[in-house]
Amino acid sequence: MALKIVKGSIDRMFDKNLQDLVRGIRNHKEDEAKYISTCIDEIKQELKQDNIAVKANAVCKLTYLQMLGYDVSWAAFNIVEVMSSSKFTYKRIGYLAASQCFHENTDVIMLTTNQIRKDLSSPNQYDTGVALTGLSCFVTPDLARDLANDIMTLMSHTKPYIRKKAVLIMYKVFLKYPESLRPAFPRLKEKLEDPDPGVQSAAVNVICELARRNPKNYLSLAPLFFKLMTSSTNNWVLIKIIKLFGALTPLEPRLGKKLIEPLTNLIHSTSAMSLLYECVNTVIAGQYSCSVGHIKSHLLCVQKLRILIEDSDQNLKYLGLLAMSKILKTHPKSVQSHKDLILQCLDDKDESIRLRALDLLYGMVSKKNLMEIVKKLMIHVDKAEGTTYRDELLTKIIDICSQSNYQYITNFEWYISILVELTRLEGTRHGHLIASQMLDVAIRVKAIRVFAVAQMATLLDNAHLLTGNMQRNGICEVLYAAAWICGEFSEHLENPVQTLEAMLRPKVATLPGHIQAVYVQNAAKLFATILKNQEGNTDSTAAQETSQMMIDRLPLFVQSANLEVQERASCILQLVKYIQKLQQKDVEVAEEVSALFAGELNPVAPKAQKKVPVPEGLDLDAWINEPPSESESEDEQPKAIFTKEEPKHSRPRHTEVDEKELARRREARKQEQANNPFYIKASPSSQKVYQEAPGVEHIPVVQIDLSVPLKVPGLPMSDQYVKLEEERRQKERAEKKKKEKKKRKEKRSGRGKKHDSGPESEEDITPAHVVDIVTEEMPEVAQEDQNRLPSPYLCRVKVCICMFCLCRPLADSEKLPVRSHRAAGAPKSSAEDGEAENATPQEPKKKSSKEKRDKKKDKERDRKVRLRCWKHFPPSGHKSDSRSTQSEGRTVVTFLVFPLPRKVCDIQGNLQDGSQVVVSVIFENKSDSFLKSMEFNVLDSLNSKLQRPEGSGPHDGLTVPFQLPPGVSNEARFVFTVQSIVMPQKLKGTLTFIVKNEDSSTHEKLDFKLHFTCTSYLITTPCYSDAFAKLLESGDLKSSSVRLEGVNMPFHHLLARICFHHHFSVVERIDSCASMYSRSIQGHHVCLLVKTSGQTVSIDAKCDEPTLLGNVLDEIKQTFSQC
Amino acid sequence: MIKAILIFNNHGKPRLSKFYEHYNEDTEQQIIRETFHLVSKRDENVCNFLEGGMLIGGSDYKLIYRHYATLYFVFCVDSSESELGILDLIQVFVETLDKCFENVCELDLIFHVDKVHNILAEMVMGGMVLETNMNEIITQVDAQNKMEKSETFIFQSTRQDR
Repeated sequence: MALKIVKGSIDRMFDKNLQDLVRGIRNHKEDEAKYISTCIDEIKQELKQDNIAVKANAVCKLTYLQMLGYDVSWAAFNIVEVMSSSKFTYKRIGYLAASQCFHENTDVIMLTTNQIRKDLSSPNQYDTGVALTGLSCFVTPDLARDLANDIMTLMSHTKPYIRKKAVLIMYKVFLKYPESLRPAFPRLKEKLEDPDPGVQSAAVNVICELARRNPKNYLSLAPLFFKLMTSSTNNWVLIKIIKLFGALTPLEPRLGKKLIEPLTNLIHSTSAMSLLYECVNTVIAGQYSCSVGHIKSHLLCVQKLRILIEDSDQNLKYLGLLAMSKILKTHPKSVQSHKDLILQCLDDKDESIRLRALDLLYGMVSKKNLMEIVKKLMIHVDKAEGTTYRDELLTKIIDICSQSNYQYITNFEWYISILVELTRLEGTRHGHLIASQMLDVAIRVKAIRVFAVAQMATLLDNAHLLTGNMQRNGICEVLYAAAWICGEFSEHLENPVQTLEAMLRPKVATLPGHIQAVYVQNAAKLFATILKNQEGNTDSTAAQETSQMMIDRLPLFVQSANLEVQERASCILQLVKYIQKLQQKDVEVAEEVSALFAGELNPVAPKAQKKVPVPEGLDLDAWINEPPSESESEDEQPKAIFTKEEPKHSRPRHTEVDEKELARRREARKQEQANNPFYIKASPSSQKVYQEAPGVEHIPVVQIDLSVPLKVPGLPMSDQYVKLEEERRQKERAEKKKKEKKKRKEKRSGRGKKHDSGPESEEDITPAHVVDIVTEEMPEVAQEDQNRLPSPYLCRVKVCICMFCLCRPLADSEKLPVRSHRAAGAPKSSAEDGEAENATPQEPKKKSSKEKRDKKKDKERDRKVRLRCWKHFPPSGHKSDSRSTQSEGRTVVTFLVFPLPRKVCDIQGNLQDGSQVVVSVIFENKSDSFLKSMEFNVLDSLNSKLQRPEGSGPHDGLTVPFQLPPGVSNEARFVFTVQSIVMPQKLKGTLTFIVKNEDSSTHEKLDFKLHFTCTSYLITTPCYSDAFAKLLESGDLKSSSVRLEGVNMPFHHLLARICFHHHFSVVERIDSCASMYSRSIQGHHVCLLVKTSGQTVSIDAKCDEPTLLGNVLDEIKQTFSQC
Repeated sequence: MIKAILIFNNHGKPRLSKFYEHYNEDTEQQIIRETFHLVSKRDENVCNFLEGGMLIGGSDYKLIYRHYATLYFVFCVDSSESELGILDLIQVFVETLDKCFENVCELDLIFHVDKVHNILAEMVMGGMVLETNMNEIITQVDAQNKMEKSETFIFQSTRQDR
């Protein structure tokens, strides 16, 4: 043995330690992977040795390799071994490794429970600390449940070092085991006032995290925090508290008011920027609720933020903008006054800051400055390097322009030009966004159609540009819009034949299918228009030529692989062929052809469908066919305007490109563009202007005396509109002045209300076009019942920590499991009923009043989840029992283990684990002797098994953890694992014990039966009538019914009886009819409809588990047959 | 809450990674690589906050980083943490390392990543800030190192006995 140890130590001297490993890896740059794999082999050898030092060293190296991306989960068991070393050094290595690579699904974690418990109670504070730190990283629901009590004890440890760690880890415990929150909360609250600042800070930290999940529960702590805020000097704590208040104030307006003063004081006094910033944030949050007053504090905030934004520190600038965007939501005006500053930030070299500034722009546009701001953004679009930022700009431009039904757009020609300019962006993902804007504007702004159609025709004509690199190019989506607009409004086309030709070019076939389909369909529309135009002419050849062109070009699409394209193309091809025939016979067809596409398309409000009444006899909710399987329904997701969903590719990774490289590429691109005949040269467009050529101002601008700009040939230049718009406005102003001079003889509708001709105000700017604004009505769907407060029961069902109400007094059932309980086999409660029957022959008393009292007390205590269930035992059971005792010759056996004739057992459904039930048995000693060494044993069935401590055999009994002096009763709990709960079940059991008298002691045995009824698996769960109705409608419940005759009791007694004995709750009661609900521990819903007439009661029931339902109904029937 | 703490050098080599949420090893490496790409392309004099980063992302999360000589210290945090507070925390972390290693440099982190973990464990626990006071952190770290030393001593002496 000694030799072995020595040998191990010697081996160890030759082992690589972590430093050697790192050095080795650095020396093997070429074949790192190979080197590491040999190292892993060595580590595997080391782990096989008995020496813990060698193992620890190996685990330490594994931790390093894990960081490099190697899976080390295979060594999990060895890690546990190292964790359980008695030496702190190794223990720490073990816990570190565990914290790096254990997670909820690591199966060896369950082996650690006792080790961790041991470490937690170690006399050495650092053993405890290391265990807590490790546990914080890999805590699982099981660990949390088993260790919650131990950790809670540590919260009152004498060492602050342990206290603060214990407090902090409680948050993790709450997350994994929400039931622990209520019992632990009072102590957590105490820790807010701990003398040690570290502990205090940890407690604040935990409560802040909790409050983020559900602030409402923590409102009651506000006074305490308020006190802390005014007394604490620890900035870290202050920040947390102030952040917490930020979450609370929206819920409690009075709090906001109360906070203003201390917060403004802090703002004035603190030198810590972080604190100042959080104060400002919270004041802003407070203003949400109290719109009144506080102008002073508000101004102070804005002013402070301005200082932050102006600061040279980029971090402060960023945060300032971030906070500004919060103000923007409530007080857009006060942000608008800082427009200059924010626009300046758009030029910042830092992308994070630019993005923040962009967010702010949204709220700052007005009719007056929209064009100017967008122009600025367009310059950025051109300069932007990363696609992400450019795409962001693009969406922002569109957002800004389209907000509130294009409220700020005064000139739609300008907007169309902007959109067309945006189509020049290569590689943007937002082609569909531009397209939908084009469609939207063209459809809703009637006056713009002529212009839009001309622009779209140009786009189609230059489509090569767009399709250049089509595979990755989302921009080709705009062609969808362009083709549709040209087709639908083809009457406005200047040269329809040319456009038709453009739409039928062979290159179109390379576009995505859904776009081609639109091309084909709209080519047909165009064709109809052309025919109509040409038919008037005397020369019919032109019309025939057009038909011929269609016939020549369409076969290309007929061959398309895309079904939609193919189908449309072949239809249209046949149609055109037929038309051609008619044309050759000189038949006039134009009228009929255009009838195919007759009718104007008008915008429809999204909710318009709602206004169409549902025809009688049509049930929209009913299935026409059998519900499709899930996979199918996924396919049927509503499609967007475009048939193809935007592929969810991850955003393109930005490649790093340095300045030079970029410049080089740009140059190359320009060259290429210059030589490309299809590329629209920059000259007429704004590109040059964007480069801020000095000469812009000097370009002579011809004064055009028109209120609406002339149509601009070729591609539009949005910049022109800025100028033109200026002129238009000036002109309008001038006109207005004139009119005013004329004493406003004519009143222009709706405007001109302001008389001062001074600075232009918002209302003075009149849009050049009118938008068809289709108001969207508020959805009629009433407030969903989702806001309804969940009852405590539901809380538990959902096991969601934020729902626990912390103000309610703690129920006993919520006590954290303590170890002793587990020894008895009951981790937590769950239900069960036990009925044990047993008996003692000469049970003289039936039910003592004391028992009754106890029962009552219990009931109160257990109102949370437990209910009691009383059972009858078959009298025969009794007899046999009594006989057994009698045969021993005892006459005075009055230890009433189970008070007869009814047994009281607690039912507790373990909601966390639908397969566990807990039987609570009250043992009462009615004899004069002392009872000890009680052992409880049950013969397991396949379905139900008594949970025994680890290591004991399947037939071992459980020791009842107490002794019973004469006349005393006590309760013990036993956990059973139940697989199926749909059938009732009886388990036979035995209780053995020693009866000790003054002179002798004898061994005694008592048989009993435990009756698990189906009812005992039900848990009273309240249900609201609407939820209940939904449940019934859902259609996955099977129904069954039962009829009870001769029930002679008032209806409400009947209901009460069902509620009481069978754990139902009444959902709704109308006269002699009531609906009831309950839920099993495994989540089956059980719904009853109880009707009574005379002495007959009929119960219609529904449940998702028919067997369970049948049994429950049988049990109900039995209940009433006995009364 | 802090979701992850990463330290890597100017070439993206990880020097320490601490995830307070479970990811598998491949994802972790991917996160490190991606974070490195995001952080390293930023200029020196821009702000220390970064939004996005797809894997670690979610709109509630931010990357807060500092760059010291050859090392990047990156914290991924959600909105419950104060941005400037975390910047301070990184500073405290680095200063603590500096004290514990006496003029810390990248090599210290390379060869003693376990020690760095131990120091970090005294500052941040399970994603929550445990201690911000540098002296307190150093006291606890020293005490534990002392314990470790005494244990090694006992071990060696017992070995000699045999």
